[in-house]
Amino acid sequence: MSTPATTIFSPETAARFDRLVTLYPVRRSALIPMLLYAQDEVGYISDEVVKEVAQRIGITELDVRNVLSYYSMLRTKPAGKYNIQVCTNISCMLRGGYEILEHCKQRLGIGHKEVTPDGQFSLEEVECIGACCWAPAIQVNYDFYDELTPEKMDAVLEEYKTGRGKETR
Amino acid sequence: MPRLVSHPDEVKIISRRFGQGAENLDKYLELDGYKATQLALEKGADWIIAEMKASGLRGRGGAGFPTGMKWSFVPKQSDRPKYVLVNGDESEPGTCKDHLIFLHDPHAVIEGTIIAGLAIGAKMGFIYLRGEYRYLLKIMEKAVADAYARGFLGKNIFGSGVDFDVVTQTGAGAYEVGEESALMESLEGKRGVPRIKPPFPAVVGLYGGPTVINNAETIATVPHILLMGGEPYAKIGSERNGGTRLFGISGHVERPGVYELPMGYNLKKAIYEVAGGVRGGRGLKAVVPGGSSTPVLRPEEIDVGLDFDQMGKAGTMLGSGGIVVIDDQTCIVEFALRTIAFYQHESCGWCIPCREGTDWLKKTIGRVHAGGGVDKDLDNIRYLAENMMGRTFCPLGDAAAMPTLGFIKKFRSEFEDHLNGKPCPYARHEELVGA
Ligand SMILES: Cc1cc2nc3c(=O)[nH]c(=O)nc-3n(C[C@H](O)[C@H](O)[C@H](O)COP(=O)(O)O)c2cc1C
Ligand code: SF4
Ligand code: FES
Repeated sequence: MSTPATTIFSPETAARFDRLVTLYPVRRSALIPMLLYAQDEVGYISDEVVKEVAQRIGITELDVRNVLSYYSMLRTKPAGKYNIQVCTNISCMLRGGYEILEHCKQRLGIGHKEVTPDGQFSLEEVECIGACCWAPAIQVNYDFYDELTPEKMDAVLEEYKTGRGKETR
Repeated sequence: MPRLVSHPDEVKIISRRFGQGAENLDKYLELDGYKATQLALEKGADWIIAEMKASGLRGRGGAGFPTGMKWSFVPKQSDRPKYVLVNGDESEPGTCKDHLIFLHDPHAVIEGTIIAGLAIGAKMGFIYLRGEYRYLLKIMEKAVADAYARGFLGKNIFGSGVDFDVVTQTGAGAYEVGEESALMESLEGKRGVPRIKPPFPAVVGLYGGPTVINNAETIATVPHILLMGGEPYAKIGSERNGGTRLFGISGHVERPGVYELPMGYNLKKAIYEVAGGVRGGRGLKAVVPGGSSTPVLRPEEIDVGLDFDQMGKAGTMLGSGGIVVIDDQTCIVEFALRTIAFYQHESCGWCIPCREGTDWLKKTIGRVHAGGGVDKDLDNIRYLAENMMGRTFCPLGDAAAMPTLGFIKKFRSEFEDHLNGKPCPYARHEELVGA
């Protein structure tokens, strides 16, 4: 349980983690946010991430792996720079969620949980993202796009292709 | 940005500040912000709980437990610190109301958390948002930081001598973590596997201390109740169902959106008048009234009041207030399949009836939908679902079984049509497996 002498994270992220562990009655409460923020920076939960997070929290690497395998947003392989998450749950399905998913598959040439060869995009069919009244909805990383049509979807993809898309971190 | 809607029948209490820029603290103060907290500090715990009981407010997370009563169960004396935990995991399909609260009125959540803390004698509150809500978490974080900067949080809040801290927390993708004991596990940095009850969280909760867990909408309603008074709030709703609620109307309606309606408002009116009726002038086939886990209603069953008791009498539940409207061009078997696929995906796997039951239900309904079912599949679906009911470790098992039973009981002929070699007249999706 300590701040490591050398860190794999940026100074900002490392400083954030130093603070994060002090916020709660127990240090371990920082684990899930720490993993997610680590993933935001590294792209996925690598072995190095597991190692440093375990050290920072003061638990074993196995403990970390046990937790990370439970949460669907945490991944142990890289995704695309822009991970397109298409909701196909009931409210979105009724308003064309599957059509949006199919459209993305064709436009990007990839399927569920696949990454484009240039590493720019990945695609995922996801469960309800809490935007049901504005269906069909998707997220690109953490940003929401709603009331989509195939045409609007194309415009969203174009924004990211040309580097103008939103990037909430 | 989620579109805001409006209808003359709405009674805007919780949504009063939506679209007004109230995420800005100065604006929030202009709109009566933090007055309820100061009133609560002045009047004390017994008064708060009495007002909450008088308000008839029932939990907006799904189960509808009376909030004032929940708070009164917390022991006055405790060796361990007490906590308030705000549930913003919002993952029940059809539900997106807390989304708007975090977006438009984050300080109302903070105020409600402080007031709940004052009522039970806690000095710390946690606001847990699902991991997908990062942009909303940032809004909440800013609101918390602004509140600290003004002395509304931290040591000696409002110069009262009382200390209160609030910490925001992100999840990382898991529906089951919305279940209150799994939520505590998650906040303690573990897998979201539920805890056995009793002991109930009010006695042994977060970090072993007495804990009040409330839905974000429940908490955001609290300051409004204290300002307007419990009794006047209760009067707005129906019998034993105080006040208003944010109803999300989604699916095949002309004007989907989140509307704040008095408890007891007629469901049929909500669909046909408030949300503008079925899209494109089509007929209505079915309504899922309170999030994906609530049993479906047929069109002839929707002339019913939207409150916990009336929905119970109608054989379903008010649930999370997410009304999903399904038109007559929709395949119910496909809808049932998508619903069970969700629960199969989200089952935490801890207990066998839920883990295996959801898996077999998905397989069997999937087979029926694909045209490869056999006659006894329909009875098997019913048998499986009936045998999950009440036999699982947490309510997710019931949440998966109940809607399934509803679909197969109320739309059996559609399942039979699939068995009788009739091609599904509505299905448009070749493969449908869920995420
Ligand atoms: C599987 C499952 C998921 C749940 N998800 C949520 C949720 O996302 N948000 C929520 O407030 N309550 C959820 N609940 C209900 C909570 O367990 C709990 O009853 C609620 O947060 C209590 O708050 P309330 O009294 O204000 O409604 C869920 C329950 C179950 C069984
Ligand atoms: S009912 Fe399902 S979600 Fe709940 S404990 Fe059992 S397996 Fe887990
Ligand atoms: S069903 Fe797609 S956002 Fe809820």
